[in-house]
Amino acid sequence: MSWNSALPLLVLASSLFPGGVIFFLSEERVVTRTVLNLAGATLKLLLVGVMIWGVFHGEPYESRLPLLPGLDLVLRADALSLLFVTLSAVLWLATTVYAIGYLEGSPNRSRFFGFFSLCVTATIGVALSGNLLTFLLFYELLTLTTYPLIVHRETEVARRAGRIYLTYTLAGGALLMVGTLWLYTLSGTLAFTAQGFLSTLASSEQSTLIMIFVLLMMGLGVKAALIPLHGWLPQAMVAPAPVSALLHAVAVVKAGAFGIIRVVYDVYGIQFAATLGVTLPLAVVAAVTIIYGSLRALFQDDLKRRLAFSTVSQVAYIILGVAIVGPIAAIGGLVHLVHQGVMKITLFFCAGNIAETLGIHKISDMNGVGQRLPWTMAAFTIAALGMIGLPPLAGFISKWYLGLGALEAGQGWVVIVLACSSLLNAAYFLPILYAAWFKPPPERWPAERSFGRQETAWPLLAPPLVTALLTVVIGLLASAPFSPLQWVHFITTSEYLP
Amino acid sequence: MSVLIFSIHWQVMVVLLPLAGAIACFLWPRRGVMLALVCALGTTLSVAGLSWLVVVEGAQRYTVGGWGAPLGIDLYVDGLSLLMLIVTSVVGVAISVYANGYFERSRARAFWPLWLFLWGALNALFLSADIFNLYITLELLGLAAVTLVALAKGAQPLSSAMRYLLVTLLGSLLFLLGVALLYHSSGSVDIAILAERLSASPVVWIALGLMVVGLLLKTALFPLHFWLPQAHASAPAPVSALLSALVVKASFYILIRLWLEIFPPNNFVLGQLLGLLGAAALLWGNLQALRQTRLKMLIAYSTVAQLGYLFLAFPLANIIGWTGALYMLLSHAIAKAAMFMAAGNILRFGGHDSIADLDRIVQRLPLTVTTFALAGVSIMGLPPSGGFVAKWLLLEAAIRSAQWWWGVVLVLGGLLSAVWIFKVVGYAFTPSPVPHEVRAVPASMEWSALALALTAIALGLFSSWPLALMMVGLPFGEGGGS
Repeated sequence: MSWNSALPLLVLASSLFPGGVIFFLSEERVVTRTVLNLAGATLKLLLVGVMIWGVFHGEPYESRLPLLPGLDLVLRADALSLLFVTLSAVLWLATTVYAIGYLEGSPNRSRFFGFFSLCVTATIGVALSGNLLTFLLFYELLTLTTYPLIVHRETEVARRAGRIYLTYTLAGGALLMVGTLWLYTLSGTLAFTAQGFLSTLASSEQSTLIMIFVLLMMGLGVKAALIPLHGWLPQAMVAPAPVSALLHAVAVVKAGAFGIIRVVYDVYGIQFAATLGVTLPLAVVAAVTIIYGSLRALFQDDLKRRLAFSTVSQVAYIILGVAIVGPIAAIGGLVHLVHQGVMKITLFFCAGNIAETLGIHKISDMNGVGQRLPWTMAAFTIAALGMIGLPPLAGFISKWYLGLGALEAGQGWVVIVLACSSLLNAAYFLPILYAAWFKPPPERWPAERSFGRQETAWPLLAPPLVTALLTVVIGLLASAPFSPLQWVHFITTSEYLP
Repeated sequence: MSVLIFSIHWQVMVVLLPLAGAIACFLWPRRGVMLALVCALGTTLSVAGLSWLVVVEGAQRYTVGGWGAPLGIDLYVDGLSLLMLIVTSVVGVAISVYANGYFERSRARAFWPLWLFLWGALNALFLSADIFNLYITLELLGLAAVTLVALAKGAQPLSSAMRYLLVTLLGSLLFLLGVALLYHSSGSVDIAILAERLSASPVVWIALGLMVVGLLLKTALFPLHFWLPQAHASAPAPVSALLSALVVKASFYILIRLWLEIFPPNNFVLGQLLGLLGAAALLWGNLQALRQTRLKMLIAYSTVAQLGYLFLAFPLANIIGWTGALYMLLSHAIAKAAMFMAAGNILRFGGHDSIADLDRIVQRLPLTVTTFALAGVSIMGLPPSGGFVAKWLLLEAAIRSAQWWWGVVLVLGGLLSAVWIFKVVGYAFTPSPVPHEVRAVPASMEWSALALALTAIALGLFSSWPLALMMVGLPFGEGGGS
């Protein structure tokens, strides 16, 4: 086995192996567990770095294993998959550090970190999938590995959230499987190909292909939380903060969004999808989701629930960018995959800090939090402003390209949606910032924990600060080489230029 | 080495070894465990030798004692029978290891000879080339199975065993009637000769009808499943495992063999009917499983459901469908055995298997609950697992033959089973305030179950080898995959 075919497997193994070992560690072996976690995360980051360099210079990375008659399990690194892999690898490291601090002293940590690593393995698998079958396999694995994380608290509410999550995702997975298989019986292949592999099929199959598209979108839309399939996401909020962070920024919702990108670009092909007439309905669903999610977020008092509905809205940007059918909008959508992840994970880290340090869960109790937790709130502020789309932060870049792309594609209505959504974003984020910074703090906090001279524990504070810094950097240096934006330019050329 | 492999009559070995072992265990009960384990290992090695032979030289026909059909006994092995032999060996070895920890001395004396006898009967059944020998082996198998059920203590298992005995005798009797009618009308019991001589006449149809009903009764296809849940649930755990994994599959094997070889073609209506009953079993079994309050009853009803999958191949009637059903048989046998063994561990550990009180147990048996969950993944048909491959193939057959309604049934069945699997697994995430008096579970019992569950998962990653093996000797007829 050559280095090029081993590398994708190694990237998977760098979280699979530590995860497997951690299950067998006893609770007290904190050091071993931490070392394994961090070593795995760091090694993965290094390997991904090597792959980025290689793919940029045209190196092929591919591993294969025969899975079904005529179908292989294919792991392949292309430009698009690396976008997602890099996001996952970077944010996994941050979340691992955070989780170590967050779960200190709580029970069942070996189980938690074991499944945590498996969850990241599944996400990386989703990202590296070279065909739809491999994607399906890791997509379902992701469902199975996140369930124990959602119910980790072992409360009745958590188990209920877990049940709802499974109901949605298993049903979605079944639809995805049917769609995938149906597609296979028509095309005889499932390998992701730039500009799709279906446009050569007979035109008599068009109505079937539309039906399959609907099936696939329903299957993927569950995880991407497109309405009306988003119901599980706000429920899943009961999970511990690092899990919410990972779910909303990297693992589950992004797997759904990434799948939609793959299906539209590399299965159907964007031009063929447009001729089938399926992109406009998809864009409308995404637009409705954007507005609906923001509206619901406005009326939530629970901080994590508000952030959850904000995710519903923000992830739909990615899908909107894909469905507009134009290179510039595509750049906006794809780059939002990264930008939303970095910003949203910051927000969830901060929400976790506020809950852990002060015992505050509701926005109405957040008066004056900025004075007690200045650094945390600073990170929160940056990420929230980024979400609203303030230049020069990351969110601005996404929205700018989306708007520009919509105009270029002659779809002016999208700009109105974007404007409304930005207004709504401001309406649900600014009151939080105002209350936290400018209102007087209460006499005493609901459940305060003291950390000496620091505002909170280091492992809890460092990750949001780093990701907040990233929000600024990837916005400011958007045109630097190897920035997410430049990498997305690199991806879209293969889809739009023959 | 290769000379050795080709000079031994592996077909005879795989039948004689377990039978000889059974007699030895009966004669020297003190050495029962050691004899049985050696015998299990030897049988497995013989199956491996036979596999080698078949893979290299193709399907084999062996004439015992040189008499030959129609007078003597013929043994025939092709991909289909070989696959059954291999499943039996894999599950058999795990069950032997498990049973070693499970049974105390007094019951072990009875268990080992009976189990090896059953194993020998199974292997002989899979190798039989004529329908009369199929009847004999089926009868022996049934008797051994009934006696094993009666090994459990108490009155309730005894009454389940009695009911099981009546059912199995009735099933064999119907089968025997069919055999007699076929022999009368064609003058032979050899399957290959029957395939040439039989033509669609009323007598043949009556004979085949009797045989089918008998076999369905033994396979416990809905609505003839009434005897199965009680019998499988009240038996000792290793026996439950081998009943659900192997014994019900034997009569299904006969059915599929007869259907492919001697049934007149164009039996569209009968195929649709079997498919319909399979679909009903799938839905009914899973719904009943959800209503159960005891874990072993739940798993037994899930067997009723999973057997339904196998019958979906009859209306689909193409190679992909048959391979899908066989792959389902293979992965269900392994996963279900693992699940029953896990349930046995839970029962041993906490002294009960009431589902509502599982929270006190499963949190403290992580290996066992992992076993249950992994086996559950295969039974739900989620990737990567043997169950997924099987479901994929069956679904593909349904779509390719434009009978999408069977696909709907397949998907629904998988989702329904997910409900009860997660109901049980959910207890691993339920803290229990009540401490519990426990009995230690031997490591061999936990690890043998886990090994089987991992095998069921591995079947999802390495499916090309079993799928290729099935095709040796073209048991499903000629024709391409697509």
